[in-house]
Amino acid sequence: MEVLTTLFWIAVAVSVGMAAGWLFLRVLATALPGRAGRVFRSAPISAGFGMLVILIYLLVAILAPAIAPFSEREVVGGQFLPWDATHLLGTDNLGRDMFSRLVYGARNTVGIAFVTTALAFLLGSVLGLLAAAVGGWLDQVLSRVVDVLMAIPALVFSLLLLTIFGTSVVTLILVIAVIDSTRVFRLARSVGMNIVVMDFIEAARLRGEGLFHLIVREILPNASAPLIAEFGLRFCFVFLTISALSFLGLGIQPPTADWGSMVKENAVLITFGDITPLLPAGCIALLTVAVNFVVDWMLHRASGLKE
Amino acid sequence: MSKIWIMIAKRLGLGVLTLFAISIIIFLATELLPGDLARSILGQSATEETVAAFQRELGLDQPAHVRYAQWLWGAVQGDFGTSLANRRPIADLIGTRLANTMFLAIYAAAIAVPLSLILGIMAALFRNTWFDRGANAVALSAISFPEFFVAYILIFVLAQSGLFPSMARIDSTTTFADALYKTFLPALTLTLVVTAHMMRMTRAAIINLLASPYIEMAQLKGMPPARIILVHALPNALAPIITVIALNLAYLITGVVVVEAVFVYPGLGQLMVDSVSKRDIPVVQAVALIFAAAYVLLNLLADVLATLSNPRLIHPK
Repeated sequence: MEVLTTLFWIAVAVSVGMAAGWLFLRVLATALPGRAGRVFRSAPISAGFGMLVILIYLLVAILAPAIAPFSEREVVGGQFLPWDATHLLGTDNLGRDMFSRLVYGARNTVGIAFVTTALAFLLGSVLGLLAAAVGGWLDQVLSRVVDVLMAIPALVFSLLLLTIFGTSVVTLILVIAVIDSTRVFRLARSVGMNIVVMDFIEAARLRGEGLFHLIVREILPNASAPLIAEFGLRFCFVFLTISALSFLGLGIQPPTADWGSMVKENAVLITFGDITPLLPAGCIALLTVAVNFVVDWMLHRASGLKE
Repeated sequence: MSKIWIMIAKRLGLGVLTLFAISIIIFLATELLPGDLARSILGQSATEETVAAFQRELGLDQPAHVRYAQWLWGAVQGDFGTSLANRRPIADLIGTRLANTMFLAIYAAAIAVPLSLILGIMAALFRNTWFDRGANAVALSAISFPEFFVAYILIFVLAQSGLFPSMARIDSTTTFADALYKTFLPALTLTLVVTAHMMRMTRAAIINLLASPYIEMAQLKGMPPARIILVHALPNALAPIITVIALNLAYLITGVVVVEAVFVYPGLGQLMVDSVSKRDIPVVQAVALIFAAAYVLLNLLADVLATLSNPRLIHPK
């Protein structure tokens, strides 16, 4: 019986999500004029759902102080209070308001993951495109270094570096960004390699264009589609890594509200049948699923595949 | 036959070279430390003499390349030095934990590999039906979930009702059957995390081949779909499938870190996390080297097996 009710609620959640995604696409398609509107009209429901979720997360992250009833660090009541009108989702292990921390978590966790991904991307794509454009020994050296760095499992490598440099937000961002930039480098280089052999690059070289112009004006615009999709995938990966590290107590440090460490701090409730600690983990999962849906659609559009 | 051995020897050589480079990185990473290792461990209040004594004990008064040679020579013989936190030989700390982690990883793999192969083949066989769509949606979601989310959902659903224990505490007195029962939830978590990826790749590898002319020929001969997929498509899809299985087994090695933390399982991952928070650098280095070695070996195995499954790769033109 319990299984049936669970299945029923899952079915309800899926259909509500699909309806919301469809509605969001309709709104976008009618609100945006011309070509942009047409793009959204043909988008799958999953992509609409994904975009809607990402938009909601963004709004929550930006408006966090306005939405949250309490501050993220303030102790406002007893420990592990149940859900009620003042404390919507109860309180955590120290008596802080769970809902407020969840809202601030959107800002902290997603913000840090985004900054890290952006940094990894900047580093990886610049070096990757440079290696493709210059070639020769520079390409050889960079590629071999990346090969060796990629032979170490990412989580293990980041744990090693965090031991050495200590655990703070800045080292966390730098360590993960450097490790993930190796993966971006691989993609940027292989995409760049296919572009530098084209005739228009030859023409630009003969015109006497400099390296900067070559990379930014000639290669980058043609490499943007796979790179943007990779950005989404990388974001998911970085987001999960940072959450895992925070969960292990080695990432974002308390008292900053962060979804990974919130799960760990309140995990004891799960054995008593309270699902509150699962909510932050669910927030992580929902955003990752949403980004994956959007990336799937973008890759599909970029490749022009018709399945 | 000899060509195969030459190929394997070449790959092995490359693997050893990679491991050597990795060991240099793992060792030299500590040299990046801003300031002094001894001082940063002992704290600001330590006197000059204690720092000097500690440095001598760690061998820090010798140049880096000498220490590296000693460390590597010890590591090859299974001696990783002593832990900074409790002064015990690291080899003792690692011994049983390595066996525990291997047990968990093999347990998970024994469930995950057959399961994902069967699901992947079925998804390819019943492609574009409700079964395929459902399996795909579940797989895509499972890839997006953090491991601890999956683990806690399993605890919530299966451990709360008392079906399985939520703590996987095992020691030397635990019998094999008991260990299988106690570590079922961690193994299931790992299984769910890796199955999705392997299943999707199996399906994609088989479906990729279905457009080939020889498959069309088989269809025109009136062969049943199950036979086409199992006898005609599967052998040619083996190379990508083997690669992705090995990659996921390698992923298991690092995935255990989080899962061991959730289930309080006495494995290498736990040891590593504990040592990171204590900044016990020699232990972290040793465990990182073991994880990296397993990762490289599995990738090597995948490479060799994928080559063996495709005669065109053994006899290049």
